[in-house]
Amino acid sequence: MNDLQFLTWVRGPGLDIAVGIFVLGVLWRLFEIYSLGRKPDLAAPRHADGASGLHTVFRRSLPPHGMLKRSPVSYIGGYIFHIGLAIVVFGFAPHILLVKNLTGVSWPGLPSQFVDLAAVVTMAAMVVVLFDRFNKPVKRFLSTFEDWFTWAVTFLPVLTGWMAVQHLLLPYTLMLALHILSVEILLVVLPFTKLFHVFTLFGSRWFNGKANAHKGVPV
Amino acid sequence: MSASLDKVTQTLKEVIDAPIASYFESCVHCGLCAEACLFYTETGDPKYTPIHKVEPLRRVYEQEYTLLGRLKKMVGLSKPITHEELDQWQELVYDSCTLCGRCSLICPVGNDITYMVRKFREGMAVSGHVPDGIRGATKRTVEIGGPMGLKWPAVANVLKKAEEATGLPIPVDQAGVDYLVLLSSMEIVNYPEYIEALAKIFNKAGISFTLASDAFEATNAGIQIGASDIAKVIVTRIVDAAERLKVKYVLSPECGHAYTAIRWEGPNLIGRPYQFEVVHVLELLDGLRQKGVLKVKNKFKDPLILHDPCQIVRRGGVLQAPEALIREVAENFIPVADQQKWNWCCGGGGGASAIHTETAEALRAKVFQIKKRQIEDAGVGTMVTFCANCRIVMEEALDHYEMNTKLLGLTELLAEHLED
Repeated sequence: MNDLQFLTWVRGPGLDIAVGIFVLGVLWRLFEIYSLGRKPDLAAPRHADGASGLHTVFRRSLPPHGMLKRSPVSYIGGYIFHIGLAIVVFGFAPHILLVKNLTGVSWPGLPSQFVDLAAVVTMAAMVVVLFDRFNKPVKRFLSTFEDWFTWAVTFLPVLTGWMAVQHLLLPYTLMLALHILSVEILLVVLPFTKLFHVFTLFGSRWFNGKANAHKGVPV
Repeated sequence: MSASLDKVTQTLKEVIDAPIASYFESCVHCGLCAEACLFYTETGDPKYTPIHKVEPLRRVYEQEYTLLGRLKKMVGLSKPITHEELDQWQELVYDSCTLCGRCSLICPVGNDITYMVRKFREGMAVSGHVPDGIRGATKRTVEIGGPMGLKWPAVANVLKKAEEATGLPIPVDQAGVDYLVLLSSMEIVNYPEYIEALAKIFNKAGISFTLASDAFEATNAGIQIGASDIAKVIVTRIVDAAERLKVKYVLSPECGHAYTAIRWEGPNLIGRPYQFEVVHVLELLDGLRQKGVLKVKNKFKDPLILHDPCQIVRRGGVLQAPEALIREVAENFIPVADQQKWNWCCGGGGGASAIHTETAEALRAKVFQIKKRQIEDAGVGTMVTFCANCRIVMEEALDHYEMNTKLLGLTELLAEHLED
C-alpha cells in the first residue's frame, strides 16, 4: 500500500468504521449508564436561589472557592488545552469542510495562523499537564495505564495535524493519512475510556446539583 | 462475621444507580478532590484522595454493569474484590472519611463523591468490614435506644434537673403539641444546658412542645455504618412517635448527622413522605429572631469564630441561619475564609468519632490542624458551633494540642443572653 492508497483507506472505510464504532459506542454507553435510573427523593424539598442541576452544570466550569490557588496547573493547564482543542477541532477550515461534506452543516472558520498557534499552545499545555501528572503525588498515585494512553491518543491527532500542515518530517500525504488514522483511533477509544467524560460530565454535574438543590444547597 | 463475597457484590450492585455510574465514567483522575479533603491536606498521603476511597465500588460497577467490564470478567482479565482488600479499605471508608461533603463541592466533572462513599459503606456493612466502635454504637442504638447506651430513666432524670434549674415544665408524651423535641445522647450526657436553653426559648415564644419517652434519640448510627435496614428501624421510632402524638413539627437537635438522618434520609428509608415537618433548631431560632421574639439582653463580647457543622450546613442546607444568629448574640464575630458551605470538618463526623483505635485517634488529632490554623489565624479564644459531636471531637483535639480555646454551643449561647 502506498501513501495515497493509505490515505484513501483512512478517508473511506477507515473513517466509516471509526465513526460507526464511535456513534454506536456513545449510544450504548449512554444507555448502559443512564438506564440504571435512580430513586426519587421523598424528603420534602427546600428551595434556595442558585441551586439546581442546571446551575451546577455551568458553575462547575469555574474553579470553586480557593481551588485555583491550590492547584493552578490543573485549572490553567486544563482550560488552555480544552479551549485549544475546541479551537483546533472546530475552528480549522478543512475540519469544517469535512463536517460539511458529511452532514451539510457548516460555520465560518478561524484564520489558519491563529489555529496554528492554538495547536502549538494546546500541545504545550498538554505536555505541562502530563508533567504535572508525573510530578504531583496524588495524580501519579491515581494514574493507571488508561491515563497515559488517553493522553497519547488525544495528543497524537494534534501533533500529526500540526505536522501535516507544517510539512514536517514526513511527506504530506503520509502525514495527513497518519493524522486521520490517529483521529480514528481517538474516536474508537473515546466511548470506552475516561475520555467519555465529554458526555457524562453534564449528567454528573446535573445529578450532583439536583441532589444538593433538593436540600437547598447550591453546589 | 464475614458475609460471602457474592452477597457483598450483590449489595454493591444494588446501590449503584445512574448517578454513581455517571460519576465513575466522568472521573478523569485529576486528583482535585484530594485538595478538598482534610485527610489529604493535613497528611499529604495520596491514599486519602476521596475518589480512591471508592475504588472497590468502581471495579464492581465496571465488572457488573459495563459491556467491556463484563467481557473482561468473562475472560478472566478483571480483578474481583476480596475480603483482604475490603479490610484494607475500611480505614479509607470509615476512619478517614467523615462524609463531610467538601469533595462533592469541588469535583470539576461534578461527582458527588460523598454520596458514593455513603453507598459503598452499605457493602462494607454487609461484609462486616466495619470499625468495632461504630458497630458497637449501632448495636446500642438498636437494642437500648441510643449510641451511648442511654436509657429513658437517665434521660428523665436529666429532664427533671432541667425543670428544677429553669423552673419550667418539660412535657413528656403529650399529644397535640407543636413540636416533638429530639435530643442526641451526646447532648443529654455532656451538654444538658441545651435542654434548659430550649425550655426557656419555647416558654418565651409561647410554643408548645413535648419529648417522647420512646423516641428521644435523634442520632442514627445505622446511617453512619451504612446499614439501611438498621437506619430504617431507628428512624421509624421517631416517625411513629411523631405521628402518634400528632405533632406539627419534629425538632432536630443541633447534632449534624441526626439532622441529615431525620430530615433528608428518613423519608427515603421508610419509603414515604412524613406527615410532619422536620425543623432544625437553628431554623426555628432564626425564624423567631426574624419575628422579633428572640431578643437578647446583652451581647457576648469576646472575639469568636463559627464552626459550621458539615451535615447541617453543607450537606443539610441550613445555610443562612447560623451567621444571622451568631451576629445577633456576638459583638465580635470574625468570619473565617472557608465558612458556611466551604467550612472544614472537625475530623470526627460520619461515625469517625466512634472509632477509638490508636491510629484513628492519632489521625483525627492530625487533621484537626486545619481547625487549629483557622482558630490561630483569626486570633480568637472562642469558637462557637452547633453540633454536639463536632464539639466533643474538637474538645478532645483542643486538649491534645493544649489549646485553651473555649468551645460554645450556639443555642446555649443564645439562651444565656436572652431577654428575661
